[in-house]
Amino acid sequence: MFQVRISDHPVKSMGDYADVLICLNKEAYDRNVGELRHGGVLMYDPSDFTPEPGDYITYAVPFNEIARKEVQLFQTKNMVMLGAICGLFGPPLEAIIQVVQSKLSRSRKANATLMEKNLLALDVAKKYVTEKVTKSDPYLLGPVEKADRVVLNGNQAIVAGALAAQCRYFAGYPITPASDIMEGLAKELPQVGGTFLQAEDEIAALASVLGASYGGMRAMTATSGPGFSLMTELIGLSSMAELPAVIVDAQRAGPSTGMPTKMEQSDLSFALHAGHGDTPRIVIAPSNVANCYELIIQAFEMAERYQMPVLFLSDQSLTARVESVDSQVFKTPELHERLQYNSQHEANGSNGHHNGHSTEQILVGAGAEEHEYTRYAYSATGISPMSTPGTGSPAYVATGLEHDEAGHPNYEPEDHTAMMKKRFRKLATAAAEMPKPERYGDADATIGVIGWGSTEGTIQEAVDRARAKGLKVAALHPTILSPLPDETIQDFISSVKKVIVPENNYSGQLANLLGAKYGLQAIRVNKYGGIPFTAAEILRAIEEVY
Amino acid sequence: MTQTLINPTPKDYKSEVKPTWCPGCGDFGVLNAAFRGLAELKLPTDQTVVVSGIGCSSRFPHFMKTFGFHSVHGRALPVAQGLKMARPDLNVIAVGGDGDFFSIGAGHLVHAALRNIDITVVVMDNEIYGLTKGQTSPTSPQGHVTKSTPYGLLASQFNPIATALSLNVSFVARGYSAKPKELAALIQQGVQHKGFSFIHALSPCPTFYHTFDAWDASVTSIEANHNTHDKAKAITLALETEKQYTGVFFKEERQTMDQAAHHQVQQSKPFDIEQYMKRYA
Repeated sequence: MFQVRISDHPVKSMGDYADVLICLNKEAYDRNVGELRHGGVLMYDPSDFTPEPGDYITYAVPFNEIARKEVQLFQTKNMVMLGAICGLFGPPLEAIIQVVQSKLSRSRKANATLMEKNLLALDVAKKYVTEKVTKSDPYLLGPVEKADRVVLNGNQAIVAGALAAQCRYFAGYPITPASDIMEGLAKELPQVGGTFLQAEDEIAALASVLGASYGGMRAMTATSGPGFSLMTELIGLSSMAELPAVIVDAQRAGPSTGMPTKMEQSDLSFALHAGHGDTPRIVIAPSNVANCYELIIQAFEMAERYQMPVLFLSDQSLTARVESVDSQVFKTPELHERLQYNSQHEANGSNGHHNGHSTEQILVGAGAEEHEYTRYAYSATGISPMSTPGTGSPAYVATGLEHDEAGHPNYEPEDHTAMMKKRFRKLATAAAEMPKPERYGDADATIGVIGWGSTEGTIQEAVDRARAKGLKVAALHPTILSPLPDETIQDFISSVKKVIVPENNYSGQLANLLGAKYGLQAIRVNKYGGIPFTAAEILRAIEEVY
Repeated sequence: MTQTLINPTPKDYKSEVKPTWCPGCGDFGVLNAAFRGLAELKLPTDQTVVVSGIGCSSRFPHFMKTFGFHSVHGRALPVAQGLKMARPDLNVIAVGGDGDFFSIGAGHLVHAALRNIDITVVVMDNEIYGLTKGQTSPTSPQGHVTKSTPYGLLASQFNPIATALSLNVSFVARGYSAKPKELAALIQQGVQHKGFSFIHALSPCPTFYHTFDAWDASVTSIEANHNTHDKAKAITLALETEKQYTGVFFKEERQTMDQAAHHQVQQSKPFDIEQYMKRYA
């Protein structure tokens, strides 16, 4: 099934039901007719099936016959359908022709006959419906001005963002629904002086990312739940050795192999805790396509600044969601280098953007002698300057063993205690420096909705509709889930009477986290069939508890 | 600003961290051979990275003055490959034991070999798990009695040299920690070789599997007139059971992935997001 929602104002969700359902065969009708709204339009080919009588308008269009007999190329059936849409619902045929010409001329199969047949199919079908079908529905798309927008999906935005963030090494292993990120970067990285490796498994993928990161390169991998499971030992290493790494988890329905092509938000608990021991990490979840671009850049910035793994929780629905986005979103970002060590025994880094630090205050601990380079020096922020091989800076050993400030193995209780504090201090620094989520909706709301990830647009649409009905509702959607913006969330919780937490998972993973951290008794709304929420479902939950 | 060493001595590669190995451990011989090999090559310490996994021998990077990456069990090869792919200008050496390379990390060995990324691998093989105090290893001989095979090992013995040759490794050699001069020369040649270099270093564990006497008897240098381009002969030498040959079994120069990847695109350009996004307009 392919679904499109069109509006002259921003579309935030996939909608509750279909206004127009076009069935190219009987299976499409059987599976989807239940999604058609009352009074909607069903377009079908009478040679395929006869629809049951129902509360909808039917337009019978002989797709098969037009493609076979008039165009004499059955594969143009989809173009016949497009032509019929133009004739009945008004999008200008010229615009469709332009897209077809542009797409088809880029295709490897392109030839003059094929182009001619496709254009003929559009034309014949449009003429057919104009002459033979009597329009009795209200849907008509008027002409729109061409705006400065781009059309792309979440995975494509992640690729663009990674390139803009100066990611110059990618290693990965093919997995649905993350493979497009790998394929995109395999093509683009060599063009910009980067390198790419298809690894033998996800363990090797993340291990090699850490190798590249140690070499001073901005590096990432992308996977889905099953691959992420394999990576856990390296999450710990990245955190312990304090090496930046960006890991995209395009979540799909689990557990185990689960449903590779279905959506679920069920890796939050895992992302927050993956790995043994107490392991600081940053967890970010984008909520729409523009966000995939902006936040993957932030993921690289945070990985480099805080020298730890950054887990980026996209999901199947976001990987495939194609949105029209304002071109202005895709700007060259301002980037900051990781805190570098230089020979003047000063921790210099251009990371002065955060609270104006141009240097880090290094707290000299026991055993750290004057002028000795201590890679893991105890600093006030927890962030220690690092040196990079081949740049003339002093050597050190990155290690997964507990170590002292110099990076030498050390199992003393005082050392381990101080190092644990140092590593976690970086999370506190990140929490203080990171942008805070903004409240959406009423300042004096009775009901609050807290969500995460790709549900944001749907929640906002539900909030809009509830407010239009006179209900006082607000939403909060943190995009950084580790560290959480404690104060912002606590303020939000205490500003409303009840909090609803809608999640596409069984156990209520965000609700569990909010309960554990803030004692929140959230009203849980869980959907876990493999498809996203509709705004109507969330609206219903708001109305039920209001 | 390279920290070029003028006439370095082996000592210049030795860090202040004292090895944790048992007295008499074969790994001391390998470490000294590495110091000597790198000194001969005058390898700048700041342009050299020694990567390891986990095991007694994997503590190695801490004892060297070069850059080092002591990673997790079995993963030295992927870490080293990522580093070399991203930074082909660096000298990358991966070290570890038979458990690291032939058991938990065996899958990585296959692909590292096929890619022929220009790194040097030194496997310190003691045919036993030493760090965990004496369990069987893939290179333990069949029938061997250990803590984890109290009635004798049922699996057959892994043959590192024959495996490396079958994987099309472009430089295959074996040394013995009790012959550090020869081993140093092999490490030196391995680092110089452009491509994936595999050096099998026999390195006995006096605590859990004392093989010094047996290996003193079985270790034999490959004849000086051995043609190192003759793979069939190399495999014959590798399959020899009475003798353990040391020296260079096989070598060939061929394209390395780290170089080839950087040459796949003739001219790389700076990234321009506005230009890039035109494809989605």
